[in-house]
Amino acid sequence: MSNTPPTPDHKLPDDHYLNATYGDGIRSWLLTTDHKRIALLYLSTVTTFFFIGGVFATMIRIHLLTPGGALVTPETYNKLFTMHGVAMIFFFLIPSIPAVLGNFLIPMMIGAKDLAFPKINLLSWYIYVIGGCFVLYSFGTGGLDTGWTFYTPLSSVYSNSAVTPAVIGIFINGFSSILTGLNFIVTIHTMRAPGMTWFRLPLFVWAHYATSLVMILGTPVVAITLLLAGLERMFHLGFFNPALGGDPILFQHLFWFYSHPAVYIMVLPAMGVVSEIIPTFARKPIFGYSFIAGSSIAIAVIGFLVWAHHMFVTGESTYAAITFSFLSYLVAIPSAVKVFNWTSTLYKGSISWDPPMIYALGFIGLFVIGGLTGLFLACLGLDIHIHDTYFVVAHFHYIMVGGAVMGYVGGLHFWWPKITGRLYPEALSRFAAVVLFIGFNLTFFPQFILGYLGMPRRYHTYPPEFQVLNVLSSAGASILALGYLLPMIYFAWSMRYGKVAGPNPWPATGLEWKTASPPPTENFELTPEVTWEPYDYNNRPDLGLSAGAPSPAPARGDD
Amino acid sequence: MQSQLPIYPEQASNFAPHVDALMLFITGICVFFAAGVTIAIVTFFFKYHRKSPDAIGIPISEDSRLEMVWMVVPLILALAMFSWGAVIYVDYRHTPKDTLDIYVIGKQWMWKAQQPNGFKEINELHVPVGRNIRLVLASEDVIHDFFVPAFRVKMDVVPGHYNTMWFRPTKPGRYHFFCSQYCGTNHAIMGGWVTVMEPSDYAAWLSDSSGGSANPVVAGERLFAEKACITCHLANGTGRAPSLNGMYGAEVLLADGSTVVADEAYVRESILQPNAKIVAGYLPLMPAFQGQLTEEQILALTAYIKSLQSQPVPAKGSGIAPPTGKK
Repeated sequence: MSNTPPTPDHKLPDDHYLNATYGDGIRSWLLTTDHKRIALLYLSTVTTFFFIGGVFATMIRIHLLTPGGALVTPETYNKLFTMHGVAMIFFFLIPSIPAVLGNFLIPMMIGAKDLAFPKINLLSWYIYVIGGCFVLYSFGTGGLDTGWTFYTPLSSVYSNSAVTPAVIGIFINGFSSILTGLNFIVTIHTMRAPGMTWFRLPLFVWAHYATSLVMILGTPVVAITLLLAGLERMFHLGFFNPALGGDPILFQHLFWFYSHPAVYIMVLPAMGVVSEIIPTFARKPIFGYSFIAGSSIAIAVIGFLVWAHHMFVTGESTYAAITFSFLSYLVAIPSAVKVFNWTSTLYKGSISWDPPMIYALGFIGLFVIGGLTGLFLACLGLDIHIHDTYFVVAHFHYIMVGGAVMGYVGGLHFWWPKITGRLYPEALSRFAAVVLFIGFNLTFFPQFILGYLGMPRRYHTYPPEFQVLNVLSSAGASILALGYLLPMIYFAWSMRYGKVAGPNPWPATGLEWKTASPPPTENFELTPEVTWEPYDYNNRPDLGLSAGAPSPAPARGDD
Repeated sequence: MQSQLPIYPEQASNFAPHVDALMLFITGICVFFAAGVTIAIVTFFFKYHRKSPDAIGIPISEDSRLEMVWMVVPLILALAMFSWGAVIYVDYRHTPKDTLDIYVIGKQWMWKAQQPNGFKEINELHVPVGRNIRLVLASEDVIHDFFVPAFRVKMDVVPGHYNTMWFRPTKPGRYHFFCSQYCGTNHAIMGGWVTVMEPSDYAAWLSDSSGGSANPVVAGERLFAEKACITCHLANGTGRAPSLNGMYGAEVLLADGSTVVADEAYVRESILQPNAKIVAGYLPLMPAFQGQLTEEQILALTAYIKSLQSQPVPAKGSGIAPPTGKK
């Protein structure tokens, strides 16, 4: 069943970043400036928030089993979905791929020893932790019931929950994102190894470059917006409250100016992961490299110009609505370009069925559904019906969970041997990928129908005619939970018992695979020099494959 | 008609068939693309499954023409979806002239609807079939949203703004309406029923139920005196403020030379923030009533001012733009 070459028995390197010490024990981790260790610090904290958000999600789905609400009071339910959103979006999805995989891989992929500002990198993590503590304090002392969107004047005047600490926490956390973005941009500009030209960069790096632009340009806006909402709450300043002369719609403009592009912060890195996995497991150069790279930048740029499509029914001007609808359709094109190029890459490939590939193809499936249903919401005439219904909930979960999380988990499977030096159980992880895919669709597909039937979102109770689809969704969620728990378990198991992977188990073409697994602290013993084009298997005898003549003959030759 | 698992709710307004047809159109395009991608991936996945452990794929060079095709074709289809959606939206946002106006106020966590004769309903809305209905929406506190799935329309109810929405019910019956913008603890139970009736039934219902309810014009006239509006806004145009006779619906000439149509939003703004738009020839003397009137009081005053539409307009001191302006 295995399609990779039989892995020879490897030994772990004697010295690597995991056992190198700069001091003693825990201090060597908390004071580290090694991007790889910081990535693991992020891995532990984002996993914690994923777990917290996941518990809230579980309670939501149990509650919605019956029309009257099976589990909690309305107040508690409203807090559950709010805290689920805040924990997942600000503290899991936004940092997940960039701060874990990006942090670990970008320097290695471009042949650098670390990020440009290692100390600032550590600072980002501490800022994240401090912001996270404020938010957890809010969750623990009264909770938060404003919706993750914090719409005013509900959040700034009427809510009785702990809004202020949450808003301060998200404000602080924003700086973590900004500093990470800054670090990535400077690193990619200045620290590429000899021969690593812009068009030899892995597409993962291109995707993170685009993501970093959004982080730097967008995050300050949401930070200041939430701060204004907090000031209005604390000191009764009239920014958004109409009773004080403010305008609640202004808040929505400011909030979505960041929070729509934030979706691209979540999904662009996942697209980057998939753009690495597909050529590796099809063993051929990616089709349309420059179009995939360019589409990342296009998504980041156009993504800044579509925010008011969240506001078609607020009474905004018809002309504004038409403009934003048009621009929203434009942003669909670069996403479609990526999907067509990934699919074309498979053509005449040598496709293995290794777990990362299953995740990547699952990503494409879910992202296609998520992206296409965006066309319904961008459509003005349809949005007046499906806005703020479960259709929206289903759509953004397909993008952010189906897309971003599937990409993240797939990326972990791809680079886990590099991060830990060990392999995980292959058949079990392939099974987990299928469980995740099926569970996800069962959970969220019924919600499209619920939404079109008219079930509004954020309802703790609903008319009985919606029950069948809600029960279906909750049933799917239990399968989905299994799909997330399985990797957590076997990843933990593999850290101790997994088979030693060796430097390049798949094998893949990127620079990060040209060093030991786990890598040494300085990543490379000698600064590598890049003489090959990205994802090229034909001129890479060092990979130990039957490289050479690009004819179909060798594919049949030596079974 | 409705099966156990319906795909769309009942169609009960002029918009519903259009929205559903558009939904099916977009669904068709999406299914086409999703199926194409899925079939391609599944086919390649099996057909090009790795034959030997060290086999590699066959490189295929980039093809700009192919890239152009799969940019331009989706773009054309996207423009078709966009245009159709925009047509429906413009229709929805462009209220026809001959509407039956009903005022709807949202507050945590209930809806109050006020029929033209002043009868107030709570979490119920009765409308005649076949008439163009315009809802004027106001909020007492946070943002709400009035959503009728069977009509395929919704509109946010924003504090500090008047939003309007319109629809023409096409089928008698009772249909859910919901609050669709999260508004706090009891958001999920802030809903009710729209009852669409035959016009004769509606008329009978209205005359049966209007007994005892305060007529908004009467209430507004009383407020007009209580709040001392009457001391300046003299009907004969000799007061310190313009006469309001005939003003509603007319064009008003402002101090900066521009004109504005005196609709609900203008009346509301002029009560709450009188200095925002000063009528030509008058001084900014009027006190602001921001925060001093409930939404219902504003509606009553508006109804009273509206009722002055048919009163004789004084030759001087009305504020109405002379007919030399644009027609």
